[in-house]
Amino acid sequence: MSEEISLMKGNEAIAYAAIRYGTDGYFGYPITPQSEIIETFMEAAPWKTTGMVVLQAESEVAATNMVYGGAACGKAVMTSSSSPGISLKQEGISYLAGAELPCLLVNVQRGGPGLGTIQPSQADYFQTVKGGGHGDYRLITLAPNSVQEMADFVSLGFELAFKYRNPSMILTDGVIGQMMEKVKLPEYKRRRTEQEIREQCPWATLGKTPDREPNIITSLELDPEIMEKNNERFQAKYREIEKNEVRFESIQCEDAEYMLVAFGSAARICLKAVELARAEGIKVGLLRPITLWPFPGEAISKCADRMKGMLTVELNAGQMVEDVRLAVNGKAKVEHYGRLGGIVPTPDGVLQALKEKVIK
Amino acid sequence: MDINTIVSPENLVYAKPELMNNNHMHYCPGCSHGVVHKLLAEVIKELGLQEKTIGIAPVGCAVFAYKYIDVDWQEAAHGRAPALATAAKRLNPDKMVFTYQGDGDLAAIGTAETIHAANRGENIAIIFINNGIYGMTGGQMAPTTLDHMKTSTSPEGRDVHTMGNPLKITDLLAILDGVCYATRQGVHTAAAVKRAKRAIKLAFENSMANKGTSIVEIVSTCNSGWKMTPAGANDWMVENMFPVYPLGDLKNI
Ligand SMILES: Cc1ncc(C[n+]2csc(CCOP(=O)(O)OP(=O)(O)O)c2C)c(N)n1
Ligand code: SF4
Repeated sequence: MSEEISLMKGNEAIAYAAIRYGTDGYFGYPITPQSEIIETFMEAAPWKTTGMVVLQAESEVAATNMVYGGAACGKAVMTSSSSPGISLKQEGISYLAGAELPCLLVNVQRGGPGLGTIQPSQADYFQTVKGGGHGDYRLITLAPNSVQEMADFVSLGFELAFKYRNPSMILTDGVIGQMMEKVKLPEYKRRRTEQEIREQCPWATLGKTPDREPNIITSLELDPEIMEKNNERFQAKYREIEKNEVRFESIQCEDAEYMLVAFGSAARICLKAVELARAEGIKVGLLRPITLWPFPGEAISKCADRMKGMLTVELNAGQMVEDVRLAVNGKAKVEHYGRLGGIVPTPDGVLQALKEKVIK
Repeated sequence: MDINTIVSPENLVYAKPELMNNNHMHYCPGCSHGVVHKLLAEVIKELGLQEKTIGIAPVGCAVFAYKYIDVDWQEAAHGRAPALATAAKRLNPDKMVFTYQGDGDLAAIGTAETIHAANRGENIAIIFINNGIYGMTGGQMAPTTLDHMKTSTSPEGRDVHTMGNPLKITDLLAILDGVCYATRQGVHTAAAVKRAKRAIKLAFENSMANKGTSIVEIVSTCNSGWKMTPAGANDWMVENMFPVYPLGDLKNI
């Protein structure tokens, strides 16, 4: 069974991986291009097998607050949506971060602003890694570039969320969500028992037992002295995550004179662009951030010492490029190439942009 | 009778419920919230549900409800308590899950969450404090504010033609198939308090028995927001609120 290889969409892989991970609950609201996630859950009917709860909520607002209610019980709960729906989720996300609740969020991005388009985009980068909701908080952000990583990042997202008591987000887009690829799904894991949850999450609201005080899950604190302390605790946690959890992939950067920086679907396109460039004798490498927060700024900065120039490639008007420039801090030229509104760049377009904007 | 006899345990006729702790309450003296909290604590104890209870606190004056009753609590975003309760109960079907919400929380910003949780027949109890005003933020108009009632955002009195009509949300909820029990109660007299307690008890029993959604509306006073004395607020409520929000069961199946 473990060697079983399936062919499926990225969205489907997320749902199947979640069932196998032992997820306790999914709460969602349909929106293109990610409706296959909730449809796959409904089709698989995991409540009959693992006992997982799956619920179509009345809105993304409600779905995220359901996640809050479930996460507050120490359960492994998740939701998914696409950009307009993710905007509605920001209230709940801020409360989840403020109450330090672990959970998994998925954004299969589409082009905006507004109702925008149903075609793929990476224009929610700022919203995800710079806040989105109110307050000083961070989301652990994972950017898969394949159907396999869509499956793998479900467990990674949950593990990091529970390790740090912080929401995790898989930030992907319509390309990765809709494309079909080979995938090896994870092994089945049993859902945790209530006793196991009580031990793993002593803060969970599962009913007060005589041996402890009441558990209270809240983000509220009216005493500013205490609230500042709470915020300092969050910040210390974020620094810890930045220290321990940076993930990236470096491809042919060792001898490279130029470097592309791209995540998710853009990184897949850049892989081909690297090949095209090298065939022409241009030494190009690719650095692919896997965690967008914490951002692999240090790795990028180190590369900057050796590069003649860098190009970030994004399905947006230039968002991650700001973080790359901050990391590079003027040591090398950093330019941006992006297509907007649901258009996906081509490898040729990337190579041409590299030549025009960086190599000249 | 000397004082020692009076305070001896066998002469005790009234006590602070065991599940109510000694934290100082932030409610204004005379406010209905305090009485309803006492009933919650008593009922949870009498039903032996302390270890099974998950309470969901709202945003409103009851935001700190979690400070006073010794059970596990979750503090919701404004209006979202029924969404939290939905997940808490579905993931823990053996628990008793209740929300405690004001009229702004339940009938304005949280209307969608309230109606859909009830329509799905979530096995939760909703305790709904209808005081016709936004207490916590300083006395603004609520969806339940009466016609001509003065608030800080309806200083000339609510004009139903431009500001909407008093929303009878419990009537609306009662017609939903997911709702097994809908009742409107008061806590303005000792007899009313007894009836309200029975209603809360039934709602909590329904949650444990997974019978569907129960809603217990308590028509309440906000003497501070109404700018009245506690006694005056009680009289005003009987005279003005009860005709619009008549007490009694709307549904009990
Ligand atoms: C999203 C959001 N909007 C507005 C507020 C401000 N706010 C806090 S409590 C409240 C009204 C509460 O009124 P009600 O629910 O009737 O409860 P009461 O205070 O009367 O018990 C408002 C508007 C908030 N906290 N969050
Ligand atoms: S403001 Fe009104 S509802 Fe709030 S505690 Fe005071 S009397 Fe009660």
